[in-house]
Amino acid sequence: MAKERKKIKRRRWNRDDTELTLLALPTTIWYFLFSFLPMFGIIIAFKSFRINGGFIKSFLTSDWIGFDNFKFLFSTKDIWLILRNTLGYNIIFIILGVVVPVAAAIAIGQLHSKRLAKVYQTAMFMPHFLSWVVVAALVWAFLSFDKGLVNNLLESMGKDRVQWYMKKEMWPPFLVFMNLWKSVGYGMVVYLATITGIDKTYYEAAGIDGATIWQQIRYITLPLMKNVIIMMFIMKVGGIFYSDFGLFYQVPRDSNSLYNVVYTLDVYVYKQLRTSTTGMAAAAAFMQSVAGCITILTANAIVRKIDRDSAMI
Amino acid sequence: MGESIATTKRRKNDPEGFDRFNRVSKPTNFLLNIIFTLMALSCVIPVVLVVAISFSAEQSITEYGYHFIPRVFSLEGYTFLLSQSRMILRALGVSVFVTVVGTIIGVLLTTLMGYVLSRPGYKLNGFLTMVVFIPMVFNGGLVSTYFVNSQFLGLKNTLWALILPLAVSSFNVIICRTFFKTTVPESLIESAKMDGATQYSIFFRIVLPISLPVLATIGLFLSFAYWNDWYQSMLYIDDNKLLSLQALLNAILTNIQMLAKNAATIGVSAAEMLAKMPQEAARMAIVVLIVLPIACAYPYFQKYFISGLTVGAVKG
Repeated sequence: MAKERKKIKRRRWNRDDTELTLLALPTTIWYFLFSFLPMFGIIIAFKSFRINGGFIKSFLTSDWIGFDNFKFLFSTKDIWLILRNTLGYNIIFIILGVVVPVAAAIAIGQLHSKRLAKVYQTAMFMPHFLSWVVVAALVWAFLSFDKGLVNNLLESMGKDRVQWYMKKEMWPPFLVFMNLWKSVGYGMVVYLATITGIDKTYYEAAGIDGATIWQQIRYITLPLMKNVIIMMFIMKVGGIFYSDFGLFYQVPRDSNSLYNVVYTLDVYVYKQLRTSTTGMAAAAAFMQSVAGCITILTANAIVRKIDRDSAMI
Repeated sequence: MGESIATTKRRKNDPEGFDRFNRVSKPTNFLLNIIFTLMALSCVIPVVLVVAISFSAEQSITEYGYHFIPRVFSLEGYTFLLSQSRMILRALGVSVFVTVVGTIIGVLLTTLMGYVLSRPGYKLNGFLTMVVFIPMVFNGGLVSTYFVNSQFLGLKNTLWALILPLAVSSFNVIICRTFFKTTVPESLIESAKMDGATQYSIFFRIVLPISLPVLATIGLFLSFAYWNDWYQSMLYIDDNKLLSLQALLNAILTNIQMLAKNAATIGVSAAEMLAKMPQEAARMAIVVLIVLPIACAYPYFQKYFISGLTVGAVKG
C-alpha cells in the first residue's frame, strides 16, 4: 500500500488528472464559497463587526477587539443557562436516542406478522419526513389554549384550560418526547438493517440448544450490534454542542416565558443575530464551532481506536 | 416439489420449520403489537387531526375547538386558499422550483465530486479528500455563514439563497464515492479510456447510467431536504414574493394576519379580511398541502432511504 502510494506520487501529471480536476472544479468552488469562506469569517468573533458596505469592506473597517465579545458573553447569566440546556438535553437525547430505537428494532424483529411490522415501521418513519414547521403546527393543534385538543379534553372533564405555551415545567419532558417522536422510526430502520444482516443460523443453533428469546437477544443480537451502537453513540456525543434549532425554536413557538428551558446555543445565536447584537452571536457561534470540532475529533479518535473502519476520518 | 407446494399453502404468518418454535410467545407478541400500534398511531394521529381541522367549518372551530371529527364539514379552508391562489400558487411555485432545481444541481455537484474521489491514482485525490472532510468536523457557524451568504455572495432575497447552501453535503459525497468505488468496475473505465474516451464522457455516458440507485438515493435525500426547508427562508428571505410553502406556513403560524394582509385587496381592508376568512381551517389546509405529497411519496421511497443510510455507514 505504501509502495503503491509512492509510485502514484512519482507519476507525472497527465491528461486524466486535468480532466478529473475540471470535473471536480464546480464542487470544489462550492466548497470554497459555502464552507471554507465562513470558516475564515469566524474571526469576526474577535472584531467589533459592523455592516458597512460589502462584507469585505465591513470586515476590514471593523476594529479588532480581542476577547471582548467573549468577556461580554460570559459575563451574562444567559450563557451558563444555554450551555446547561444544550448539554443537558443532548445527554438525554443521546441516551434515549440509542436505547429506544435499539429496543424498538429488536422488538419489531420479533413480531410474528412481518406485514404488520412493515406497517408499523412505515408509520413510525413518517415523522422523519416532516419539517419542524409542520410539526409545530401539529403540536399547536393539540396544545393551543383556546382550541387545542388537550384543553378541549380537560374542559370536558371539568378541568381548567392550561396555557401550555407558558407552562415551563412541562416543556423539558415534552421536548424529549418530541425528539423521540421524530427520530425513533429513523433510528429503528438503521438498527433493523444491522439486525436483518445477522446470520439466521445463529438463532437456530441457539434455539436448538434451548436458549430462550431473551438469551438469544442478550447473547447473539446485542453483541453483534455492539459496534454499530457504539459508533452511533460516539458520533452523537461528538455533536453535543449542536442542537436541533427547529425543535427548540419552532415547536415552543419562540414563547418568551419558556426561554430558560428552550434556549440552546443554536437558538441563542439565531436570536442574537436577529437582534443584531452581532458580537455576542459571533462569540457564541465561535465557541460552538471550536468546541464542536474538538468533541467530534475526540469522538472520532475513540471510534478509530475501537474499530478503524467505522471512523469518519 | 411437493414440499414447496406445502409451504406456499401455509399461511403467510407461519414461518417454516424451526422458526415456528423459536419465536416470542403469543401473549408477548400480542403485547408487542399493542405497543407498536400505540407508537405508530402516535405518529399518524396528529396528521389526521390536522386534516380534520382543515375540513372543518370556521364557525364550529371557534365554538368547539379542534376535533378529530369535524362538527360541521366544510371546504372553506381550501376554497379560501383557492381564492388566494396567487399567493398560494406562488409559494407552491417557489417550493417546486427550489426542490427541482436544487435537486438537479445538488445531484450533479455531489456525484461529480464522488466520482473524482473514487478514481484511484488521481493526483489531487488527497487534497480534494481534505476539502470534503474538513467541513464534516469544522464549520464557520451561523454568524459568519450568514454574513458570507448575504453580504459577500449577495444571496439575500434571491432564490439562490434557498438552493445553493444546501446543494452539497459531505455525507452525500461520501455515499457516492463509496458507491462508485464498489460497484463501477475499474476495467470498464480503463477500457473506455483506451478507446480514447475523456473522463467527461466516461462519467456522463458510462458511470451515471449504471449508477441509478445512488442517484435515486441522493436525489431523494436532497428533494426532501429542499421541500422541507424553512430555515434558509427564515434567514435570507424578507420578500413575501419569494416565500416557499414552508416559509409561508412558518409566517402564518406566527402571525395569521399575514395571510389577511396578503389577501386584502382594493376595497377590502386587512381587518375585514381577517374577520371574514377561515383562519384556522386555511392554516391547516396549508399544512395538508405540504404534507400530502410527502405522505404519498415516502412509503415508496423508503427503501432508497434505507439503502442510502446503510451505504453511508460503510466507508470505502
